[in-house]
Amino acid sequence: MSGSIATVLLAMLAGSLRVSTPFLFVSLGECLTEKSGRINLGNEGVLVLGAMVAYATSYETGSPWAGVAAAALAGLLLGGLHGEVCSLAKVNDVAMGIAIMLAGTGIAFFFGKPYVQPSATLLPGIPFGFWSASPQVRNALLVCPLFLVGIAAAIGLHWCFNATRAGLRIRIVGDSQDAALALGLPIDRTRFIATACGSALAGIGGAFLSLYYPGSWNEGLSSGQGLMAVALVVFSRWNPINCIYASLLFGAAGALGPSLQTVGITWGYYLFYAAPYVVTLVVLIITARGGRSLRGMPGQLSIGR
Amino acid sequence: MTTAIGVEAVGIGKHFGSFHALSDVSLKVRPGSVHGLLGENGAGKSTLVKCLLGYYRTDEGQFIVDGREASIERPADADALGLGMVYQHFTLVPSMTVAENLVMSRQNVPNIVNWRSEIAGLKRFMETMPFKVPLEVQVGSLAAGERQKTEIVKQLYLQRRFLVLDEPTSVLTPPEATEMLGLVRDLAHSGALTIVIITHKLKEVAAFVDEVTVLRRGRMAGSGSVRDLGPADLTAMMIGEPHAPKNPERQGIPSAEARLVVSGLRTAPDAGRKGLSIGSIEVHAREIVGIAGVSGNGQKDLVEVLGGQRPAESGSVTVDGAPYRASRTESLAHDVRVLPEEPLRNGCVPSMTVVDNLNLRGFDVGPGKSHRSWLDRAGMAARARNMIAAYGIRTPSPSAPIGVLSGGNVQRCVLARELDGDVRLLIVANPCFGLDVKAVAETRTRIMAARNAGTAVLLISEDLDEILELADRIVVMHEGQVVHEMPAKGADPQEIGRHMLGQH
Ligand SMILES: Nc1ncnc2c1ncn2[C@@H]1O[C@H](COP(=O)(O)OP(=O)(O)OP(=O)(O)O)[C@@H](O)[C@H]1O
Ligand SMILES: [Mg+2]
Repeated sequence: MSGSIATVLLAMLAGSLRVSTPFLFVSLGECLTEKSGRINLGNEGVLVLGAMVAYATSYETGSPWAGVAAAALAGLLLGGLHGEVCSLAKVNDVAMGIAIMLAGTGIAFFFGKPYVQPSATLLPGIPFGFWSASPQVRNALLVCPLFLVGIAAAIGLHWCFNATRAGLRIRIVGDSQDAALALGLPIDRTRFIATACGSALAGIGGAFLSLYYPGSWNEGLSSGQGLMAVALVVFSRWNPINCIYASLLFGAAGALGPSLQTVGITWGYYLFYAAPYVVTLVVLIITARGGRSLRGMPGQLSIGR
Repeated sequence: MTTAIGVEAVGIGKHFGSFHALSDVSLKVRPGSVHGLLGENGAGKSTLVKCLLGYYRTDEGQFIVDGREASIERPADADALGLGMVYQHFTLVPSMTVAENLVMSRQNVPNIVNWRSEIAGLKRFMETMPFKVPLEVQVGSLAAGERQKTEIVKQLYLQRRFLVLDEPTSVLTPPEATEMLGLVRDLAHSGALTIVIITHKLKEVAAFVDEVTVLRRGRMAGSGSVRDLGPADLTAMMIGEPHAPKNPERQGIPSAEARLVVSGLRTAPDAGRKGLSIGSIEVHAREIVGIAGVSGNGQKDLVEVLGGQRPAESGSVTVDGAPYRASRTESLAHDVRVLPEEPLRNGCVPSMTVVDNLNLRGFDVGPGKSHRSWLDRAGMAARARNMIAAYGIRTPSPSAPIGVLSGGNVQRCVLARELDGDVRLLIVANPCFGLDVKAVAETRTRIMAARNAGTAVLLISEDLDEILELADRIVVMHEGQVVHEMPAKGADPQEIGRHMLGQH
């Protein structure tokens, strides 16, 4: 019995490292965008497009890293479109985000058709479990380099928001339009850059999906990670470091179903697969209680104003 | 050390749509002087200085800065000329700390900010300031008075050569105001900086200002040296008639009936500030209880609890003996009205019209407190027109968004709405914030009249004179607690001051 508990825990650790990575990238991207006072629901579309572009590029060039770069570029362009359109007068960023989401998935499905069958070169894992003889441990500690990149990006973003001129400017624009005007900051340009860069991060999250785990391209690849990232950012309190913890929590919840399967528990299969969504709901309810307003929410977000 | 510069405005005109906020206004400010810009609410004072600072673009006229004609199109242009301003509406970033706000306001922020050395530098700078603001606290959690101080400190930090202060002392305690004004006047007279100060307080004008320019309804009404002009002349210039303020008359004594009872009230600490811990406060019918205290000692929290904006952790609030949670139903049933601090943010919907905002209390209430589902637009407009006339609200039109009104006119709107009709319990925070002399006298008379008619009034004010004038009983708050209570008659301001500072 204790053996199977250990197996489940190990499988959950392994799973959570894998499942959490796309969450991490999309939530960091969303966090960056929202800090500038704009919301981007289009990141779901960016995620899917990123996955397709990464897979196709890796297949054509043989280099998965070229695929990651291409996915980031695709995100940059799609996010840039969102940023540009939203800076026009009277454009609602939520509605525009939904349009971008549909456009992104549509483009990905259209151009991705020929890549469903062939197999591209995937990203290699780093074997942190080399010291162990147990295949489960080795498997659990096979970590994708993108996960480490994500952690570094979170720390970098946190530092950027607190100790760089660019980061502080993004926060001013996102929190108080009056202050930004009084300081003469270029509001639209700042938001444009934050949105485009945020989407580039989301695109990398997509590359992880198709080039590492699950490691293939098909139309059912994303199951709403891009949208759940918005919830993730809320209970990370718009703090990139918290995004790491939140993503790991989501990853663990997402890994629950498959891990239980490894020890032969198959009842409630679909129930366990719903765990991340249940976690989303529960966490949102718990964190939204009590307080007068959401601590840390950028003042200019259209949902908060 | 910077050197002061002079500024001249010639024939300035500015209109918003068809509304002329300024026409042919001229102003001459000598380098190294303290210049007062006076005028009633809505006269155009803020608009004039916002044009100078590049916040608005002028339609006519020009500015001459330091002897040269200057084209000021953007705030950055004014910045480059060394012109700075403390706005009437705050422009600090609420989610950032004081230190972050100060550093980011500089022109030359390095790409990577070394916080250790910046904080050390800021601490050294803060040593030289007459009042202290905490550096590592979020601005959003500061009370209005502390935020105002931070705004001023920020301008001094930026080493301005010409500084506009738009009603800088409305939220400061009198000793703080005296200290701050003394400091800026000394800076000006030492030749380091020129000051333009917009104020409604004639005492400050007499004590700290060298020359004045008076505006009335967007036009010049006069100017001159303060030495030659007495308060009576200034008032006459401002409102077009001599005005003799008289103290409102107190009639009758407080009744035995306790209308508002707050007991054992506690709130959670918020952003590094102690929560409330109030043993008991009672307000009787036909009584004004004045709450005195240095800004930031829990008054804001108390108003928020009573106004339903902040949950209490424990304790009880009762009105007429019934538990009171400030729901709309309860406030309607007991006729409770609240005038909060910063009314534009806490008591208005800035993008809705003046008519709508004046009807926020009653738009869904029919005759005899019945529930109304269809809005009575004509009735709302008529009620709003009455209030606009009775309170002298100056607005481009009743259907303008309330956010564009001048500071004093927003205050009048909220006052009009909250004092309208039957009021059994009135909670007012700094009711005369930003009002001109005439409006201050009117407002105090109205509050006293409400009291005389049997309303229970809880008056939270940072202006001790106001409390001494209006209150029947005085309660002093310090660090979220009630530290002293006394009848207002014969109260000694010195003693109250000591309690306000926590020396009991
Ligand atoms: N952006 C705007 N759009 C339309 N009208 C405006 C705008 N800004 C100001 N006004 C109007 O111009 C007039 C002058 O306003 P201003 O703020 O300059 O008055 P003020 O002298 O500063 O008054 P107070 O003492 O109350 O602050 C007011 O009637 C106001 O409603
Ligand atoms: Mg003004």
